[in-house]
Amino acid sequence: MTSTLTPVRSKRSALTKGQLPKYAPLVVLAAALIVGAAILALVGFNAFGWGIVSAVLFAVGLVSWSAAVEGSRRAKDKLATCLVVGSFLVALLPLVSVIWTVLVNGVPGLLAPGFLTSSMNGVTGVYDNRAVEDGAPVLGGIYHALLGTIQITLLATIISVPVGLLTAIYLVEYGNDGRLARAITFFVDVMTGIPSIVAGLFAAAFFFAVVGPGTKTGAVAAVALSVLMIPVVVRSSEEMLKIVPNELREAAYALGVRKWRTILKVVIPTAISGIASGVTLAIARVIGETAPILVTAGFATSINSNVFGGWMASLPTFIYTQILNPTSPANPDPSSQRAWGAALVLIILVMVLNLAARLIARVFAPKAGR
Amino acid sequence: MTATSLTSTQGAGRAGDKVFSGAALAAGCLILAVLFGVALFLVVQAIPALTAPADEIQGGAGFFTYIGPIVVGTLIAAVIALVIATPIAIGVALFISHFAPRGLAAGLGYVVDLLAAIPSVVYGAWGAAFLAKEISPIYNWLADNMGWLPIFQGPASATGKTILTAGIVLSVMVLPIITSLSREIFLQTPKLHEEAALALGATRWEMIRMSVLPFARPGIISAIMLGLGRALGETMAVALVLSSGALTASLIQSGNQTIAAEIALNFPEASGLKVSTLIAAGLVLFVITLAVNMLARWIISRHKEFSGAN
Repeated sequence: MTSTLTPVRSKRSALTKGQLPKYAPLVVLAAALIVGAAILALVGFNAFGWGIVSAVLFAVGLVSWSAAVEGSRRAKDKLATCLVVGSFLVALLPLVSVIWTVLVNGVPGLLAPGFLTSSMNGVTGVYDNRAVEDGAPVLGGIYHALLGTIQITLLATIISVPVGLLTAIYLVEYGNDGRLARAITFFVDVMTGIPSIVAGLFAAAFFFAVVGPGTKTGAVAAVALSVLMIPVVVRSSEEMLKIVPNELREAAYALGVRKWRTILKVVIPTAISGIASGVTLAIARVIGETAPILVTAGFATSINSNVFGGWMASLPTFIYTQILNPTSPANPDPSSQRAWGAALVLIILVMVLNLAARLIARVFAPKAGR
Repeated sequence: MTATSLTSTQGAGRAGDKVFSGAALAAGCLILAVLFGVALFLVVQAIPALTAPADEIQGGAGFFTYIGPIVVGTLIAAVIALVIATPIAIGVALFISHFAPRGLAAGLGYVVDLLAAIPSVVYGAWGAAFLAKEISPIYNWLADNMGWLPIFQGPASATGKTILTAGIVLSVMVLPIITSLSREIFLQTPKLHEEAALALGATRWEMIRMSVLPFARPGIISAIMLGLGRALGETMAVALVLSSGALTASLIQSGNQTIAAEIALNFPEASGLKVSTLIAAGLVLFVITLAVNMLARWIISRHKEFSGAN
């Protein structure tokens, strides 16, 4: 390597002397890929191992070359850059892997006939065994779970949004940063850290004590989800109300408008895009929660459209039970196919909600000029 | 609008003000009441388990013998998750805040946030169906070559459904939390500090070590603690991935259990005293996570006061 380097260095001006040439990373990358492929060919080739070995070789090569030419300080800088970029790439691995796994396994489940329009009512292990042994179509679907998820989430939203929004209004407009306001802010932050299963247990314990032991309905699950959702709504609405310019409020007061009408007609309309997008993100957060629904609504196999009575299915608990307790223990494949199909539907729901939140924030952005 | 409505001191407007501010105050108090209620109802429902004779609790040796091993299991899983996630999360946060091209940074931040958007049950399914299978050869290798360490003692689980796999899945789930919080803090570093370091001839890494990391240290610590809170309470990843059992030191054998997974696996079929026992376990989890979260929030709020950014 040094023999090829010497002529290059001699041609450079004094200003860039002692620096690696611009093409250095590319050269090292190419060398690392080739050497990596060679090493992997000896052990047995696989793309994942090739990536890892090449990345390590690249880092080692670039850093040692830099140490030889540029000195230890720049070499350390290069090493840090390699580690930081590497950690980002490592963080992407699970994301890609999860989405890929769900797509590959979920598409057959989603395309099965009647997957979105039928429930699991009457689908027993017999049918699953037949599907595996005779190649009959996999029966059963997620209609009941989809319905349950939508109802429970809707009820949770109906509970959380007024409470969360009013709390945010209190904090921004009435709290004056007093002792109560600071206590609420602190505990809202603490509440965001409540484990979801504890929220579920709270709702269960509350209804066990008030209604009667063993009360498990969609409404209990909605209360559990509200405990998780309210702090998210409060935080995002609070941020949005805070950035409404004070001039707008003062202009309204100067016209003699009451405070509550100012808030309703001036402050909230200005902040509505941010509030709506925060609420959408909060819905996206709770729609995938499994544990609280598991302990509060049980799991059903048939359609139950009454949130106030009887056990209720939801998409996350459907996935969970289909994986853990397959409909036919002897042949778990149809169950896992249904579970992955439901997982795909759930991920699509969450992604659509996330995108919707961004769209809402952009489309309904405040029209008030600054 | 007539002159009378401008000068009137009573009427709908005044009542509206009272009603509205009262409703806002009530909503704020409701939140405090809910948090208090969480604790209260958990305690009330847990009392039967705490006072019951020892031989009636599952395991037959009293509540604390029952809860001890799963508390330790919870801590093991959370510690594994943090050990893996913390360095990567700080690297990712630095990449987005200081290394990535300006135009790309926001988009990359959104990509990392997508990790947080994926529901936990999907992570659990992924860990059980994909990761556990792929990782079990590595466990075999660890058992063969590092078996003298108690944590890698063989024989490795054939299915790969171990506490280490659960910890890895948990680390993926806490990664976006630590990343997004650290990123916020890194971006708050006073520009003047960074530019001063660069002007003295520091390389980018030296600038980060001298100005960004010291400024961000309290923020990073609290981000890690919030991640810890999430890892302690996460249910599905463990319930689906781990094939649970008694407390074992080896991370690559099946065994161990966490509080959240124990509740999720047993609560749906539980009745009578078993329900109380599980609610008491939930109370223990609540107290642990509450303490961790309050400590983290306290560090953040203390940090806010002397941070040069505000």
